[in-house]
Amino acid sequence: MDWLLVGIILSAFFLLGLSRLTICIRVVAIQGALLSLLPILAKGSLAEVPLVLMTLGTFAIKAVAMPFLLFRSLREAAIRREVEPIISLHLSLLAGGGIAILAFSSLKALPKAIPPFSPIAVPVALTVVLIGFLLLISRRKAVTQVIGFLVLENGVFLFGMSLVAGFPLIVEMGILLDLLVGIFVMGIMMYHIHRTFDHIDIQPHSSDSVGAPAALPLHESERVTR
Amino acid sequence: MVHLAILLISPPFFLGVIAKTKATFAGRKGPPLLQMYYDLFRLCRKGTVYSRSTSVVLRLAPGMVCATLLMAGLFLPLSWPAPIHFSGDLIFFAYVLAFGRFLLLLSALDVGSSFAGMGASREATFGALSELAFFMGLVTLAVITRSVSFSGIFLWGGTHPMVRPAIVLLFLSFFLILLTENARVPIDDPNTHLELTMIHEAMLLDVGGPDLGLMLYGAAIKLFLFMVITVSCVWPPTGGFGLPEIGGFFAKMIGMAVVIGVVESSNSRLRLSKVPQLLVANFVITTLALLATILGGT
Repeated sequence: MDWLLVGIILSAFFLLGLSRLTICIRVVAIQGALLSLLPILAKGSLAEVPLVLMTLGTFAIKAVAMPFLLFRSLREAAIRREVEPIISLHLSLLAGGGIAILAFSSLKALPKAIPPFSPIAVPVALTVVLIGFLLLISRRKAVTQVIGFLVLENGVFLFGMSLVAGFPLIVEMGILLDLLVGIFVMGIMMYHIHRTFDHIDIQPHSSDSVGAPAALPLHESERVTR
Repeated sequence: MVHLAILLISPPFFLGVIAKTKATFAGRKGPPLLQMYYDLFRLCRKGTVYSRSTSVVLRLAPGMVCATLLMAGLFLPLSWPAPIHFSGDLIFFAYVLAFGRFLLLLSALDVGSSFAGMGASREATFGALSELAFFMGLVTLAVITRSVSFSGIFLWGGTHPMVRPAIVLLFLSFFLILLTENARVPIDDPNTHLELTMIHEAMLLDVGGPDLGLMLYGAAIKLFLFMVITVSCVWPPTGGFGLPEIGGFFAKMIGMAVVIGVVESSNSRLRLSKVPQLLVANFVITTLALLATILGGT
């Protein structure tokens, strides 16, 4: 139990520190797999059919389908293989450590996890959610933002599992499906952004023209800047 | 006495084991296991040349570096309680090691060579970061076992430590600290002799003869100490004393040396700018271990 939680939080830290996009996606897949194992381990039995179904569904979507979609959009949009952080990787790692301390030290203020779950499940969920936010705001590419969004969702999922006893299966499955559709849409959007602008950098156009003028006539680059 | 004898005699042997493992991986026969001893004897027979620009610091440093490391070794339980132990010897241990590093840096700066200075600056930078993680790891150990002495910590209160996730995190982090402190492969290549990239070797460029021997011997002891700490996390000392314990100790140390050899063979040296990131990550991992220990409750 604790092992899984520590694994989940470690994978979130890895995401903060890794510079290769493909490895980032693999780590998200591993995180999803760990997360899907959690409900079974908490109950400790394979007897309940809905539980097993939910584990299988979560695993299929979080650890197989979504990484596959991400890899496909990575291939189709021909993205450079490195993340481009706005704050340096060292700093984001340190910030991640700060987030962990913040989340763990507010253990008293947070609601308690329901019994089969370990008491550190709630601060772990909070840490993962906040790290997801950090990934969302501190990375420059659309793909890395999708990854940040996934981490955020993993955290929310963990929250839901550890706080609400008998979370309705149908709601959980609905959320997972929504997420899958969301990733689909984002993949298509990334592809189209790529087709229209030749890159998926989310910086405003003006800062891009700094590198461009050599190829453009002067008046045109000025127009772009404005 | 046995403790002191093992501490004095065995360290260079484990360097031989690491070298042999790496050679096997590379498909070579490799140097004999006792090569380091031959090197030390050879160096001891030589004379020393001191540059005119050096001061007394360079002459004193090798002996003192060795002395601090031996001193630190007296506080570590190998498989039985250490010869010297008192409450709080954790901090003493860490600071004796830091003092040894300080002397090494001073001697490197003393020769006035730019390469040695560069090596010293790198060692200081990485040392500062790895020491942070080292202290954090020690604090975590102290919290887990409710003891502030190495001899108390590594007896683990009679339970096997591997049941806690925090210990595995600590093992990883101590292993990384071991590699950093002893300039092993992902951080620095002990075999390289390209001045621009090396750390530990760069500081020893102007040291020769018996002094170099002492420095290398000191490096071997330092590796030995960190191996003891790391290995104690997964295979705790029993606390007893006798031939089986000594045998077990050597078995686990040789296992650790083989692991280091494998890690060194399967990794390449990191870019210098990537190293601090690795060390910061290490610090975050130890922090996490501490948090999980304090608040995990189990």
